[in-house]
This record gives sequence, C-alpha cells and structure tokens, in this order.
Amino acid sequence: MHITKDLVAASATPLVLGILAEGDSYGYAILKQVNELSGGQLEWTDGLLYPLLHRLERLGHVKSAWETPVGGRRRKYYRITDQGRAELAEQRRQWAAVVDALRGVWRTAQSIKPITAPAWEAGR
Amino acid sequence: MTADSTNELEGQLAEWRAYTHRRRELHHTDADELEDHLRSRITELTEAGLHADEAFLIAVKRMGSLDELSREFAREHSERLWKQLVLPGEPDAPTAARSRRELPVMVLCAAAAALAIKVPGWFGLDLSDGDAAFYARNLSLFALPALAGYFVWQRRVGPHVIGILALLFVLGGVAANAYPMADDSQTLVLTAIHLPLALWLVVGVAYVGGDWRSDRRRMDFIRFTGEWLIYFALIALGGGVLTAFTAGTFRAIGLNAEGFIEAWLLPCGAMAAVIVSAWLVEAKQSVIENMAPVLTRVFTPLFAATLLAFLVAIIWTNNGIDVERDALILFDLLLVIVLGLLLYAISARDLTARPGLFDRLQLALVASALVIDVLVLLAITGRITEWGFSPNKSAALGENVILLTNLAWSAWLFLGFVRGRMPFARLELWQTRYVIVYAAWAWTVVLAFPLVFNFA
Repeated sequence: MHITKDLVAASATPLVLGILAEGDSYGYAILKQVNELSGGQLEWTDGLLYPLLHRLERLGHVKSAWETPVGGRRRKYYRITDQGRAELAEQRRQWAAVVDALRGVWRTAQSIKPITAPAWEAGR
Repeated sequence: MTADSTNELEGQLAEWRAYTHRRRELHHTDADELEDHLRSRITELTEAGLHADEAFLIAVKRMGSLDELSREFAREHSERLWKQLVLPGEPDAPTAARSRRELPVMVLCAAAAALAIKVPGWFGLDLSDGDAAFYARNLSLFALPALAGYFVWQRRVGPHVIGILALLFVLGGVAANAYPMADDSQTLVLTAIHLPLALWLVVGVAYVGGDWRSDRRRMDFIRFTGEWLIYFALIALGGGVLTAFTAGTFRAIGLNAEGFIEAWLLPCGAMAAVIVSAWLVEAKQSVIENMAPVLTRVFTPLFAATLLAFLVAIIWTNNGIDVERDALILFDLLLVIVLGLLLYAISARDLTARPGLFDRLQLALVASALVIDVLVLLAITGRITEWGFSPNKSAALGENVILLTNLAWSAWLFLGFVRGRMPFARLELWQTRYVIVYAAWAWTVVLAFPLVFNFA
C-alpha cells in the first residue's frame, strides 16, 4: 500500500514528537522506529526527516546535542522540550478528532462499504 | 568486513562528503548528521550479509538524491542562503583559517583608509579651511592604497607586483602634489578627476593578483567595479541616514554634532566605505545574482528610448547642440553610461547564447549614442578652432574620441554578432583590451597635461 505524500507529511510531526517523548533518539533510530511502528507501511525518505527535525528544533519543540558515546561515533541526539510535549498533546487532540470523524464516516456511509474499484479505474 | 572493503567504503564516503560540500544548503554539521545516518544503515546492511559497496549504494539511494535533499534543507533553512551575504559559508579546510582572518584584515584596511584622511589634519591641513584643493587632488590617495593592500593580502600577490603597485601610487602622489598648480587652475581639476581613475585601474592590477594580461581576469575587474559602485552608493545612502540621525538626535539634547560629522563621520566613513564595499562584493559574489546586470536590463531600454527621442527632437526642431562647458561633460558622462550599460550586459551574458531582442536594443542604444556624439564632436571642434586649445577642452576632446572609438568598434562588432557573423567573445575581448587605453589616457592627463599646458 502506498501512503500519499500529504498524509505522510501531516503525520510526521506527531510521530517524531511521540517517539522522542519516549526518550532521546537520533535520526536513523527515529526512522527505523517509524518503520517498525507502521509495520513497514510508512517509509520516510531521509530528505523528509532531517529538515523536519531541524524545523522542530527551530520552533523550540526539540533540542539537539552532539554526543560521543564511549567507543562510538559522534552523533546528533534529539530531546523533546516541554513545549514539544505540549505541542504533542495538542496534535494528539487534533488527530483524535480527525480519527473519530473518520470512524463515524466509515460506519455510517454505506456507499463506501462495497470496496469495489470505480468504473473508470476498472480498465487499468 | 575485510580491510580492503573498509578502505573502499571510507573512500566512497569521503567522496560523498565532498559532494555535500558543494551544496550551500547543507552545512557542515548537517553533512555530519547525514553521514552518521549513512554509516548506521551501511552497518545494518552489511550485518545482514551485504557487501560494503552494495550497502553503500543502497544507503545512498535511500537517502535520496542530493539535489532533492538540499532542496528540502533549503526550504527549511532559507536564511542560510542569505547569511552568506556577509559570512562566507563553509569553506573547505585549507581556506577556513584564512577566511576567518578575512574580516579583521578588512576592518584593518578600512581603518587605515579612514585614518589616512585624518593624517594631513595633524600637519595643519584642515578639511574645512582653505585646503580643499589639497584634499581634492589627494582624495584617491587616502583609500585606494588601503584597498590595493587588501587585495594584495587576499590574492597573495608577489613582491614583484607589489613593487609596481607602490611605484604607481607614489608616481600619482608626486604628480598630484609636486606640480605647481594653482588652486583654481583647470589642470588641478583635471588631476582631481583623473587621478582616481588612474589609481582605480592600479587597484585593478592588485584585484587580478598581478595577472593583468588575462582577459578573463580583466572582465572580472570590470564586473567588480560595477558591483562596487552599487554597494558604495547603497552605503552612502545608509550613511546619509546615519548622519541625519546623528545630527538630529544630538541637537535634541542640546549638543551640536556638526563638527564631529564634518571632521570625522563623513570623511572617515566615506574612506572606510570604499574598502567595505569591495569586501561586500567579494563576500557575496557567488551567492546571489549580481546587481549590475539586472540594472542594465532595466535601464538599457529606457536609455535607448531617451536617446532616440533626443535624436528625433534634434531633427524635428533643427536645433544644433549648443556646447557649453557643462554640456560637454554631460555628453561625456552620457557616453560613459552607455558604455557601462554595454559593458555590464556583456559581462553577464552567456557567451554561447544566440542574439536576441535585448541585443538589438543594445545595438540601437549604442548606435544612437554614436550619432549624438558625432554631433557633439563637431560642435567641440568648432569651438576649438574658434578659441584654441585649453586643458579642459583638450581633455574633453580626448575623452570623446576615446569613448567614441570604443563605442563605434563595439557597435560594429555588435552588428556582426546580431547578424550572426561574429562570435560574441570578440566583443568581450575588445572591451577588456580597451581598458589599457583608458589607463593610458588617465595617466597622460595626470602626468603630462600640467606640463603641456604650463599648469594653467
């Protein structure tokens, strides 16, 4: 299944903030975690993740620091700030509202039930 | 992983790093972060049984193309592209130490220029007193040596060229001060106008790092001159605002700042601005498109229209050009501006592009300027045969002839180019070579005119 660009972009911020709320992390680990959480459905490009991390830092939602673990490589770690947690809570409320609305639609709208391809797509 | 494949991988990673260096959007630390990412993925892939080079390929592929990546970074960090206006981005290691010294050296040169104009004051030559003539003829000797010095440092010019530069500056200084010219003489005014031009071209020798035989480098200097003028004008505008505020705010608390403004702020600021403008041009060179060609695009059609209207008016009213002394200078300036428009259009032009509408416009501009100038020249010759030679008239005549020659031959080459008979490079070559003529003429006026005209 291919998830459209808009959806990926919209869900990126709460995902990253949510992962960082669990504990400090770095780019590659965040990417892997997103992949695992979505069961491989959400494949982010690196071009999406790093500018997003930098934007969150500029907005004050996260802080970054270069750390060198013993015997390891120098690596940039990100940590969520209080403001970031507040933002995450806010995004969570918004997403809950959206998900509720969608759930309602899936239940009531009978026309969507039979998931058959529309006529103009059948020929493909 | 074997030692061999580790080496190979490091080599590939180094190459990848080198690529990121060329992206202004990607900072050094961003590249570090991305490299860490690449390494993490490579480690995981090699642990899964892939060879190092395969893992590298996949990791880079997943990263996405650098084009795309830097576009994303640029979107997030648009300020980076602007910051480089003043702070040179991320130079490669060897030049890093040097560019860190760039700012202090520039400040030092600017301070030297600002101080230089105060030095004569210690010997009783006051700006506001009757020594204005001294300052007029020496004006270029305060800031331009410092500017040349800055380029000498920046381009690491050899001692041989430094000697020539010093010699020329001394020569200009001696000519301006040793000749017994009266304060109100025409030759003094001519020296005051031509010495800065002559010495500016000397600065040009420093700018091209002594490599003044190279056409490309000379074109660089022409480009630099146009940009420098624009920056200088901008700084002058800002300086005017600063001056107004200084005067106004101090007056408001009952202090008179005018003495300070006249004795320090204006002269020192102007001299320092010469260096700061040059430094700004150098610092932002590669960042945004240069301004001079942009202005050229705007003003070429406007000037062409004005000149054509003027020509039509001459024919319509059947009036000749009445050549007063002021009008002479006006027409010389007109030719200089047309030449400037031509030069900056040339300097920014894609040499391989085919002739287009703008080139035809340019040709129309040059042609109408030529016609007007021939009319002016006829008028000048009439005056000279009537009144004889004076330093002013001779200088004006010489300049007109020199500019006319340049424009006429440019028009001819331009015509050949527009008709597709000549490569554009011929035109560029002609312009860069002609700079020598200007230098020779400026020095002639400074060195020979006072002698020829007996310091009149």
